[in-house]
Amino acid sequence: MVSLLIRRFAQMIFVMLGISILVFLIFFATPGADPASRIAGRNASPEVLAAVRASFGLDRPLPIQYAVMMRRLFIDQDLTSFVNRGEVVVPEVMGAAPVTLSLVMGAAVFWIFGSIAIGLVAAATKGSFLDRLLMVLGLIGISMPVYWLGEIVNLITQKELHDTWLFSWVPQLGYTALTEDPWLWFKSLLLPWITLAILYIGLYGRVLRASLVEAGQEDYIRTARSKGLSESRILIRHALRTSLIAFVTLFGLDFGALVGGSALLTEVVFALHGVGRLTYQALLDLDLPVIMATVMYASFFVVFANALVDILYAILDPRVRLA
Amino acid sequence: MSSSLPATSDLGEGLAAVPRPALGPWARAGRKLVSDRVAMGALGLFILIVLACLAAPLYATYVAHTDPFTSNVEGSITIDGQDVDLIQPSTEGLGLGSVPLGPTWDIHNYFLGADGQGRDVAARILYGGRNSLLIGGTSTAICLFLAALTGLVSGFFGGVTDMLISRLLDVLWAFPIYLLAISLSIVLISHGFTIGPFEITSGSLWLPIWIIAIVYVPYVARPIRGQVLALKESEFVLAAKGLGVPDWRILWRDILPNVMTTIIVFVPLMVAVNMLTESALSFLSIGVQAPDASWGTIIQDGQDLIYTRPWVAIAPGIAIVLTVLALNILGDGLRDALDPRAKLRIR
Repeated sequence: MVSLLIRRFAQMIFVMLGISILVFLIFFATPGADPASRIAGRNASPEVLAAVRASFGLDRPLPIQYAVMMRRLFIDQDLTSFVNRGEVVVPEVMGAAPVTLSLVMGAAVFWIFGSIAIGLVAAATKGSFLDRLLMVLGLIGISMPVYWLGEIVNLITQKELHDTWLFSWVPQLGYTALTEDPWLWFKSLLLPWITLAILYIGLYGRVLRASLVEAGQEDYIRTARSKGLSESRILIRHALRTSLIAFVTLFGLDFGALVGGSALLTEVVFALHGVGRLTYQALLDLDLPVIMATVMYASFFVVFANALVDILYAILDPRVRLA
Repeated sequence: MSSSLPATSDLGEGLAAVPRPALGPWARAGRKLVSDRVAMGALGLFILIVLACLAAPLYATYVAHTDPFTSNVEGSITIDGQDVDLIQPSTEGLGLGSVPLGPTWDIHNYFLGADGQGRDVAARILYGGRNSLLIGGTSTAICLFLAALTGLVSGFFGGVTDMLISRLLDVLWAFPIYLLAISLSIVLISHGFTIGPFEITSGSLWLPIWIIAIVYVPYVARPIRGQVLALKESEFVLAAKGLGVPDWRILWRDILPNVMTTIIVFVPLMVAVNMLTESALSFLSIGVQAPDASWGTIIQDGQDLIYTRPWVAIAPGIAIVLTVLALNILGDGLRDALDPRAKLRIR
């Protein structure tokens, strides 16, 4: 177990190093234009360009530029935006993180319970009309662009049906901190949670059904059945339990990716000022320092989440530990 | 002794009595797919959508009589004998600002209404579909080619090559797809890309095509590499090696045909995923650039009009959902027909 931890940790460090080099190369060494003009944003003056060159050491060799960049991102944390002058980037990213975490964690609750329910019902009624209906609905959920769904939700709940009893409780778009007003926090996030969760409910529901159906042909299920256990007990206590191992892996990857910025589209549509929306604003302004910081922090979070999942996985499944 | 054995002619007859399978694996898969009515329905829907988008210039010229790419803020059209402005003063709220014409539901005349610049939304959706489909299809072709190449090479040759490629794929894999695509787009979109004789200008469709193709390579290359690793130890490959068949010939004749089913199953799924990615990038204004349109950019155009003229954003979204749904169903059918045990998943 200890050797696994050490190996996984070393791998994590390696991947983080790789990602930081990749991001650095994308922003500083892609052929096409002067990196200084990219960092300075749209229509920058020559003075700003000169300041950028000096502060990022752009006249020095690439490895030194890389070191300067990493120091500014992680040690000094003094990276500032050139588009909105004086705005220090790293605290900004940290300030936006709770919004993203609230969004993704809430959505995760919905998608875990939603997909387990759908997967169980579909697998238990395999081949029936209900099974096919649920699977088609799941496929539709997978096929919808999340930002488009969010706009439709907004249209219905903010305009069309906002004055009816059904959606009059929906607050204005935006985010309220949990510490400020928990009830408003819940109300303003409920619809974004559901919108974000729909894709994953469809995806995980389908994966879980397939894995439950496959488990149904295993020897241990036949044994359980011949012992005279009830079907629901077999499904939940025996089949679901093994199927959940794959589920946990998927969950870890997707959760990490979402917190790391894939929730961006949902945040943009619902005007939630999280890490994703910060990236989006920076995109519109071509504000490269902010984008660099969000990309770096986000991808590190993903790598960390993946490593955590692998370790959890080893705890859950002894076979992995020995491998 | 010899009398107890059947004569050779008897043996031949005995064999002839056993019906040989008349179809090869490909033909059998083809039959299975054709008999899958749901998958065929999805294929039909997809072909219809492609044809409709290809007919966009015909629609714009002969049916709608508009040019969906020039701004027409001052224009007006005639509905039931009355002149109606394409951009009208707003009647809601304080009466400030303006709203474009809503849907007329008349196929000849601004069927889905006008967008913020007085352009025909229906015609724009058909034109936009061409770009969305083109980007989805081309990036899939590039992505599958690169992924097959890296998967085959790194799985077959192993050693240092494999280690280098696998580590690179690990890094790409850990990188959130949207962030990678966004980083590449933001850097390239303002100035384009030049390497030696190759130049991609900043507004070119090749930019989103290449970006989307590259970010999904690890997702396809990994399963292919895994398959190649297993195939490399199989008896027919070992036999070929023992006979002294050169490596490239083994790759081409023995290994590639065996991973081909995986690659084919990936095709519709990747087109679907790539189209969704393209629409998201375009929605974020870092995909297809004006004056070109795609379903994603039209949804972005409609975002400001969502409460007044919702159809500008709803209609292209429906187009995306129908296309992606058809492709996903087709992908399911293709997998059942070709490779029912394949566990493929694209995030």
